[in-house]
Amino acid sequence: MDLKLVGSGEEEVSNVVVNEVDFNPEFISRMIPKVGRSEGLPAEVIPDYENDEEFLKKVHHVLLEVQVEEGSLVCPETGRKFPIKNGIPNMLLNEDEV
Amino acid sequence: MASGRRPEHQAPPEVFYNEDEARKYTSNSRMIEIQVQLSQRSVELLNLPEDKPCFLLDIGFDCLILDSTDVAIEREVEGDLFHHDAGQGLYFKPGTFDGCVSISALQWLCNADKKGHNPVKRLYKFFSSLYSCLSRGSRAVFQFYPENPQQVELITMQAMKAGFTGGLVVDYPNSTRAKKIFLCLFAGVVMDKLPKGLGTEETNNEQNTVQYSGQRQRTKVKRGKSIKNTKNWIKEKKERRRRQGK
Ligand SMILES: C[S@@+](CC[C@H](N)C(=O)[O-])C[C@H]1O[C@@H](n2cnc3c(N)ncnc32)[C@H](O)[C@@H]1O
Repeated sequence: MDLKLVGSGEEEVSNVVVNEVDFNPEFISRMIPKVGRSEGLPAEVIPDYENDEEFLKKVHHVLLEVQVEEGSLVCPETGRKFPIKNGIPNMLLNEDEV
Repeated sequence: MASGRRPEHQAPPEVFYNEDEARKYTSNSRMIEIQVQLSQRSVELLNLPEDKPCFLLDIGFDCLILDSTDVAIEREVEGDLFHHDAGQGLYFKPGTFDGCVSISALQWLCNADKKGHNPVKRLYKFFSSLYSCLSRGSRAVFQFYPENPQQVELITMQAMKAGFTGGLVVDYPNSTRAKKIFLCLFAGVVMDKLPKGLGTEETNNEQNTVQYSGQRQRTKVKRGKSIKNTKNWIKEKKERRRRQGK
């Protein structure tokens, strides 16, 4: 199940920072089949994406450079929220959820 | 680890690795050096393919549990951190990672820190979920400090039950100070031969590896390539740190 990224309360995700990360087209190509679709990523994976630098750079930017500092990851099925604090999602479950 | 009480006996990890203790790992250069060497050796044991970039999982990366997050942030990481208890299992898509490393953390899972914690179940949950999120043919290497042989047995049993093959690699087994223990696990059908421990030049090559299951295959294992880059790597890391004023 892919978790959905949301802001806290009604707000949008807050404190989005962008860090520059070295672009490695091969790494990004290998990651594309592993990530789910999500907002911010191009809606469809284009054919022959390994050779499309512009596309890979966009994915690189979203996957590695954009960092959400505050917000939540939400499970669309159960509604369970996993808060993001200082850019680090807290995935700890309560003992009764294990 | 030679003297004093073991950290796991003192308090649960989120209490033991409070800010002061965590800071030792980011500021004490002797400690950094040891941890860096252990990571390098573990990555070497992962035997990653050289021709493609890899996506790795590091369990117990930093003194992360609960509120020591600010310490984690000080240590520059390439990649993402998340806050989790490995004993609750991992929830990643199947085949996500090309390998897993873990330095000085696994022994914590043998503890029952909370009411209802059952180390056997937690270890099994951890290993089985790890198995599924590793790509076939990849490895997981855990440097750890087992308290006694029973702990080694407990851990390896749960790992094998979860589908891994592999076993222990022991570096410098004859030195009390330099001796280091690695649990080296293989995810997938093909049984690799365990790498040899360092400092074990004796002819008997079975001596420092404990193979746990499956039949032995006559695959060649690349030896050598030792930790030759370690010194430079640490030096660079320290310089970077100094430049950042740490
Ligand atoms: C001795 S420190 C090593 C830290 C780091 N790997 C290094 O080499 O510098 C042990 C780490 O294991 C983590 N740890 C302990 N129990 C854990 C658990 N159940 N799940 C995830 N991490 C855990 C602690 O938070 C701590 O960061």
